[in-house]
Amino acid sequence: MKKIFERPASLKNVPTHYCSGCGHSIVHRLLCEVIDELGIREDVIAVCPVGCAVIAYEYWDFDCSEAPHGRTPCVATGIKRTHPDKIVFSYQGDGDLAAIGTSEIIHTANRGENITVFFINNGVYGMTNGQMAPTTLIGQKTSTSIKGRDPVRDGYPIKMSELLAQLPGAKYIERVTVSNPANILKAKAAIRKALKNQMEGKGFSLVEVLSPCPTYWGLSPKDAYRRIDDELTKHFPLGVIKDI
Amino acid sequence: MAKIMMCGNEVIGEAAVHAGCTFYAGYPITPQNELTHYMSFRMQEAGGTFIQAESELAAINLVFGAAAAGARAMTSSSSPGISLKQEGISYMAACQLPAVIVNMMRGGPGLGNIAPSQADYFQATRGGGHGDYRTIVLAPSTVEEAWDLTHLAFDLADEYRTPVMILGDGILGQMMEPVEAVRRHLHGKGTGLNPNKPWALTGCKGRKPNVIKSLLLGEGELEELNRILQMKYGKIESKEPRFESLYTEDSDLVIVAYGTTSRIVRSAISKARREHLHVGMFRPVTLWPFPETQLQKLARKTKAFLVVEMSAGQMVEDVRLSILGQRPIHFHGRAGGGVPTEETIVEMIRDILKPRSKKRVYA
Repeated sequence: MKKIFERPASLKNVPTHYCSGCGHSIVHRLLCEVIDELGIREDVIAVCPVGCAVIAYEYWDFDCSEAPHGRTPCVATGIKRTHPDKIVFSYQGDGDLAAIGTSEIIHTANRGENITVFFINNGVYGMTNGQMAPTTLIGQKTSTSIKGRDPVRDGYPIKMSELLAQLPGAKYIERVTVSNPANILKAKAAIRKALKNQMEGKGFSLVEVLSPCPTYWGLSPKDAYRRIDDELTKHFPLGVIKDI
Repeated sequence: MAKIMMCGNEVIGEAAVHAGCTFYAGYPITPQNELTHYMSFRMQEAGGTFIQAESELAAINLVFGAAAAGARAMTSSSSPGISLKQEGISYMAACQLPAVIVNMMRGGPGLGNIAPSQADYFQATRGGGHGDYRTIVLAPSTVEEAWDLTHLAFDLADEYRTPVMILGDGILGQMMEPVEAVRRHLHGKGTGLNPNKPWALTGCKGRKPNVIKSLLLGEGELEELNRILQMKYGKIESKEPRFESLYTEDSDLVIVAYGTTSRIVRSAISKARREHLHVGMFRPVTLWPFPETQLQKLARKTKAFLVVEMSAGQMVEDVRLSILGQRPIHFHGRAGGGVPTEETIVEMIRDILKPRSKKRVYA
């Protein structure tokens, strides 16, 4: 009998700490599937963020480094410049990339570093009990915006991908989601393209993934996935933002 | 051999290349800019990487990445910038990553000024960032010595897998002095003395994946890391203290000074010796590990100590911890960019060794 579905070799056979319905597990799997398909597991060096994916190295079966919060692209750059022939990516949440590490991601993209960034945007700080993130939608209730995000007090949800697309150093930026099977396939294609770009030396690529956080959205997993399509994609439209 | 003139900042850059440094990241700040300028073209010539970082935070974390990947890596800054780098230095100490950090100190606190200072001694020798860790701290007093200590810094960093700091000041960084050793190596490639680093991130071909991390959530795991770090620091404390003694065999007064200040003290001692005053100097070359035992031994031979620093009194605490009340310890310090003068030090030597009246004795 032919085996048609199996765990990717790059993904360890261990339970994860992620909550039920969390998008990280899906993105981890997609990443590992692509890494296996491209045959680059032994060439990959990943940099894990501070945030929910902080111990992603417990799940990925390739070389990984930790990074101080938000400095993830700097650590990735230091590794890539030392080993230009390796495939280096950072995996960052919206607190890591859009708040404390805003400066680092902008300048890494602006230098056109030949690395790949996976930006998991779920609009809250999941690791620290669901505080408001720079990407939290207007009106969204979090533990630091209990009446909903108020733009007068809290400012507006920041669109990092559109902001980064202004920079000549950024070559490929696409926003995807894992809200349904069709979108998951599109997300996988974007992940593949972003890694292939690096293998071909094309420069800075970033894939933003709109990802559900049922726990801190206060929704069931099913409703959380529906919220992505109904609300998140209205503010954060899906699709290729830049591809040159 | 003919000598050439170079400033301390440039010499540290050239020595780093010669020691096999292949990665440098820095951010502009006076008085260490000559080092960043030098590395901007020299790393390229030597086939390494130079990145002008967007911040001190970025610079230290670029170095973190390069060090994790196995490169000999360096960053440099001056006092306010070093405060920013402390986050990364703490992470590197915890992740046991070797790197060299240069601090050409300036007057503080705050933005301070760009005059020479030694006011970052506490920060450098006590770890500087969060958590229980130490960095080895080397304090050159001449441009020539900066060449030697830069090599030593990379070797110690790799041997102990720990960040090493070179602590100088604006005078050492910017003053030009004749240098012999450097000449042989100018415009050559580095020797690439990178030792084998089986823990480095190089891709997991033919081995199990390597992980560089400091997050240890399991029961007792972080305590175990701390135990390992403290064992390492204990070994460094017993093996690596370095110092220079001058006339300490026959001195009634030993002046303790490091870096630039030790040069002023040296001149003051020459002058005092011409007046037949029995004064000597003990110059710590490693500020951490502080040469405590070696200084303690002098307490038996000498009558008093005088500590001279460009700070309000920082190293003097380590001297007190070494001498443990066995002898009086006098102090002269100038903070905020003030530089002790030879005249003041000579006058203090006279007053301590031949007090003319009680009120002039310094304590």
